Amino acid sequence: MKTIKNQIWSAYQKEIADDHYYFARSCIRQNFFPASENLYIDILRNVLGKDIYDDSRQTTCTGIAYHSGLIPLETTMTVIARQFALMNEAGYENFVVSCVTSFGLYVETLETWKHFPETEKETREALKRATGMTFSIPKNLVHASDVIYKFRKEISDKIILQLKNKNTGYPLKIVDHIGCHYAKIFPHEGIGGAEYPYVLAGLIDEWGGQQVDYPERRHCCGFGFRQYLIKSNRSYSVTNSKKKLDSMLPYKPDLIIANCPGCTFFLDRWQYVIAEMEGKTYGENGYGIPVLTYEELAGLLLGFDPWDIGLQIHQVAVEPLLDKLGIVYDPEKKYKGRNGEDIGLPEKPQVLRCC
Amino acid sequence: MKDLYKELDKDLRYLEGLKSCLNCGVCTAICPAAEVSDYDPRRIVDTIQKRDESELEKLLKGDEIWMCGECLSCKTRCPRGNTPGYIIQALRAQSIDTGMFTESEQGRKQLAVKRTVGDHILKYGYCVYIDEVDNDMYPEQGPVWKWLRENRESMLERLGTSYNKNQSGTLRNTSQGSLVDLQKIFDETGGTKRLEKIEKDSAEKAKELNIDFKEGKDDYFNWLYNE
Repeated sequence: MKTIKNQIWSAYQKEIADDHYYFARSCIRQNFFPASENLYIDILRNVLGKDIYDDSRQTTCTGIAYHSGLIPLETTMTVIARQFALMNEAGYENFVVSCVTSFGLYVETLETWKHFPETEKETREALKRATGMTFSIPKNLVHASDVIYKFRKEISDKIILQLKNKNTGYPLKIVDHIGCHYAKIFPHEGIGGAEYPYVLAGLIDEWGGQQVDYPERRHCCGFGFRQYLIKSNRSYSVTNSKKKLDSMLPYKPDLIIANCPGCTFFLDRWQYVIAEMEGKTYGENGYGIPVLTYEELAGLLLGFDPWDIGLQIHQVAVEPLLDKLGIVYDPEKKYKGRNGEDIGLPEKPQVLRCC
Repeated sequence: MKDLYKELDKDLRYLEGLKSCLNCGVCTAICPAAEVSDYDPRRIVDTIQKRDESELEKLLKGDEIWMCGECLSCKTRCPRGNTPGYIIQALRAQSIDTGMFTESEQGRKQLAVKRTVGDHILKYGYCVYIDEVDNDMYPEQGPVWKWLRENRESMLERLGTSYNKNQSGTLRNTSQGSLVDLQKIFDETGGTKRLEKIEKDSAEKAKELNIDFKEGKDDYFNWLYNE
C-alpha cells in the first residue's frame, strides 16, 4: 500500500552501513524470544552474506534500570562507552543494537556528548579509571530492524512465500508496532520519523502484505519500565496494551509485528491475560493475534521451520498465521526439547485458544 | 530542605527537559500514564517552572513523579521543545539523593526495582535473566513460559542458545571480567552510591513502619512489590 505518507517517509531517511556490524544483544529479547537474535544473525550471515560480530564480552546497556529512575545517566553513558570500546577492540565501526530501549539510549548518549562536550570527556575519564579502556564513537549506529529494512528487497528476492492468504489470495492484514524509543525521542534517527515510521511498514509493503492503519497505531505498548517491573503497578501496562488491541480489533489483523523486544512481549502476553481475566480474545475462533519480531517474520517467509526459530515460545499460538500462509509444519515437533526429547507440554490457558 | 533548585539546576536532564512551558497540555493529551492515573506532566512542568522550593519538595515527596512510564512521547510533541519525561528523570534522581523517595508509596517501591533489575545487572550482566523470572512474580508470563523455565536446559539448547555456557550467544554466562568492569563503572560513576542509598534509606523506613527488612525478597520487598 503506497500512500501520500511515502513523501513524509522519504524525508526521514538515514545512513545504514552496508556490512561489517558489531551486534549488541537485548536483555528482554534473549530471554523471552530466545531464538530470535540467533535467527537475526543467521539471516545476516547466511542469507544476506554479511559480516556481523557477536561479542561474548558485551553486557546490558542498563537502559531498563536507567529509565526506571534507578541509576544515574553517568553510569549508563560509561557502560555504553565500554560497549563502544569493545567494538573498537573487535575491529568494527558499525554498531547494531538489538533493543529499541538501548537504541534510544545509545543515540541519547551520543546526542548528550554532542550538546554537552564536557560529558564525553568525563565519560572517557570514568571509563579509563574503571576499566583502563578507551573508545572511538561508532561510524554508524542503527537499530537491528533498520538493517532488515535496508535489505528488504534482497530478502524479498529470496523469500519463498508472500504475505498473502493462500486460500483467498488476498494480502494479509498486518499491524506494525514501533517501540517508542525508536523514533519518538529522536525522530531524525528513525526511518520515517516518529509520526509515520516506515521501518516495519516497508517490510509489509515489500513482502506483499497490507498495512493496518488503526487509530492507536502510535500508542505505547505500555511497558512503562518501573510500571511493569513492580507487580502492583502492572495495570498501567496491560491497560495501554488493551487500548491498542481494542483499537486494532475492528480491522481484523492477521498478524502484529514489532521492532521492540518489550512491545513484542507485552502485545503477546497481555492478550493471554486479557483473555483469562475478561474472556476477550482478539484473533479468530478464540485464538489471539500472533505477534512476531521482524526477523521471525522474515524467517518464516524464507522457509525456516517455525519450531526451529522459537515460535512455540510465544504465548499466542502462531498456527492460524502459519495456516493462512500455507506453511506446512509438524505439530509433534513443536514442544520437543534437544534431540527430539519429550519434555511434556505447557498447560493450556482456560480461555485463550492455543494449539 | 533548602537549595533544592540549586541542585536541580546541575542536572543535565532538567536543563534539557525544561525550556519554557506555555501550558498547552499536549504532553498530557499524548501521555499513556495520564490516561491511567492522576499523573499530569503539564501540571508538573508548570509547577517546576515556578521555582517554588516548597512546591518542589512536595513533588519529591509525592507519588506523581513515579507514575511516568518514560515512553517519552511528550518529547516528540511538545511545541516548545520541552521534555517532561526528562524532568521526571531529574526529579526522581533528586528524590532518591535527598532520601525523600521513602515518603511516598510509589517512591518506596524503588527498592523493589533495585532488588530486581539493579541487582540482576551486577549479578548476570543483564537487566533481565530467565532464572529470576518465575511465574509467581510474573504470572502474566503464562503457561508457555512456565514450561520453558521448567525445561530450560533442554529447550534452550534445542533453540541454539548459549544458556549456562561461557561463549558468545544468547543467554550466555557473562564473564567475570565483564561483571568486574560493570561493578567498577558503577563504583566510579555514582551507580553504586545510588543503589546503596536506596537500601540504606529503605532500611530506615522499614524500621519506622515496623516491617522486617533484611535483603532480597524480604517482607519489605514483598509488601512494596505486591501491594
